[in-house]
Amino acid sequence: MRRTLLSILSCILYLPLAASAATPAQLQARYQQEAEAAQPGFAASARRGERWFNQAYTHTPQLPSCTTCHTQQPMQPGRHAITGKVIKPLAPAANPERFGDPAKVEKWFGRNCREVVGRECSAAEKADLLAYLGEVR
Amino acid sequence: MRRLRFHLGPVRHGLAAAGLCLGLLGGARADRLPLPPDTPAAYRTECGSCHLAYPPGLLATNDWQQLLARLEHHFASDARIEPPALHEIAAFLNRHGATAGARSASGFPPRISRSAYFERKHRKVPPRLWQDPRVASPANCEACHRGAADGRYSEHDLALPELRRK
Repeated sequence: MRRTLLSILSCILYLPLAASAATPAQLQARYQQEAEAAQPGFAASARRGERWFNQAYTHTPQLPSCTTCHTQQPMQPGRHAITGKVIKPLAPAANPERFGDPAKVEKWFGRNCREVVGRECSAAEKADLLAYLGEVR
Repeated sequence: MRRLRFHLGPVRHGLAAAGLCLGLLGGARADRLPLPPDTPAAYRTECGSCHLAYPPGLLATNDWQQLLARLEHHFASDARIEPPALHEIAAFLNRHGATAGARSASGFPPRISRSAYFERKHRKVPPRLWQDPRVASPANCEACHRGAADGRYSEHDLALPELRRK
């Protein structure tokens, strides 16, 4: 009895883990939904995402823009502006590992937004960026 | 015969000890700095994303702890790490960091490239090479030490041809 209960319990506990893998489209839909809740009628825009990706900020002089490290060609590898380490391409079409792990995506949005933009990014900004990167070929 | 054996005893011990020393020296050669077997996965993923997952023995333990104490301002980057990964990495660096001395960094924030050990090892590198676009930063070990990710730092296997020993 106890063993049955335990296995049911572990199934419930591991369910979110099994669901933790995602596709870039699923992630975009999740951010879209979150953005709509805050801003009714919101629709992700690849063009807005592209502009945002290329925009320069003044928060960290060494890291003014997403493109400082990721370059203006997300199909190409980038390079960390400070350490020189090569960064794999950001576009899922060039790097299938991208945007497949929601926790990892959130971690990097967190770090990169705070250091480049100077604040947390909104769900709308993330949805726009994924719309842009999803269509880059 | 018995007398000879008596004398050979210490010699044998001496030879064994010499062999052991050579073996130990071979295993701890300065150009081989692989990550220790107990390296937590979090160290490779958290510390190895923006730069090489540096060999922990290249910096003194208290320097590592100073870096960990302000990861949200880590050389202009936001590199904050949440527990439990942070605690796991801190314990690992405490186990394998160097004792204070030649591998202590001068200045703040502590940099591996500002230790007496690093400077001595790189004293023959022409200063202009540090600015070379292929190198970008002394943080970029792999620009010259192409085997660095596997712990190989031999001066006979350098990526930049002009640095190779003739």
